[in-house]
Amino acid sequence: MFEAVAFYLFSFLTIAMFSITVMSKNALYSLSSLAAGMIFISAFFFLLNADFLGVVQIIVYTGAVMALYAFGMMFVDTTTDVVEKIANPKLAFVLSALSAILVIIIVISPIVADNIQALYPVSANLGNAQDVGLVLFTKYLVPFEVAAVMLLVAMIGGIILAGKKMDEIHNNSELDDEFNLKV
Amino acid sequence: MITLSDYLVLSTILFMIGLFGVVRRKNLLMLFFATEIMLNAVNIGLAAISNYYGDLTGQMFAFFIIAIAASEVAVGLGLLILWFKRKGTIDLDSLQSMKG
Repeated sequence: MFEAVAFYLFSFLTIAMFSITVMSKNALYSLSSLAAGMIFISAFFFLLNADFLGVVQIIVYTGAVMALYAFGMMFVDTTTDVVEKIANPKLAFVLSALSAILVIIIVISPIVADNIQALYPVSANLGNAQDVGLVLFTKYLVPFEVAAVMLLVAMIGGIILAGKKMDEIHNNSELDDEFNLKV
Repeated sequence: MITLSDYLVLSTILFMIGLFGVVRRKNLLMLFFATEIMLNAVNIGLAAISNYYGDLTGQMFAFFIIAIAASEVAVGLGLLILWFKRKGTIDLDSLQSMKG
């Protein structure tokens, strides 16, 4: 009962928040509703007994990613609305076809996966964080290290990309000329 | 009683919202937001399957997806800022400079 109430409440909230994110013209509203939606999503992880994943979701998304977006928006002029001209008659066709395929896959997949075998079963006498740690640092050690290197590369890449000429005043035509000369 | 299918349907709905955002919006920042939504929708599906089949692999994949999303944001925002410094706009159509 409690699970059902929580599931429907949070699914309604998440869908509403993400709809605002996608539909809103104002980037600031989008950012705020995205952050709210991320927190609501962590509720599903707690409902699904994935406590550690829920905590990571809150820390990484609303802590790190949202802060990064907020800083990124300070460099970009978000007060002027980007005029979006949308002219694509095939859009509705593509979207509905893709959603139909997705729904078919979702209906079929539990039937196909009926005889699935748990590769790394959830242990009964350990907490979720302990369980995750055991599997992550034994079976998934190499992907874990590769992910660490990938994050380092992304950090250095981000600093180099965004940090170059940080103190320079934004000058369109001059930079454009420079860009064209190089290319 | 909430079944696995309910979670999968929710995951699809959120994925469709993200897909709609990616296809529909012309603002590059909105494109990043929509990508985040899609990644999160997939995470819900993975966590649900992990719970209902008693297998930790789904949660592991969700962790790696979160790591990939974080690095995608770092590099993507760097490129976005660089593009804005060059062109002064974050319209998606401004990327189309070859007019092919």
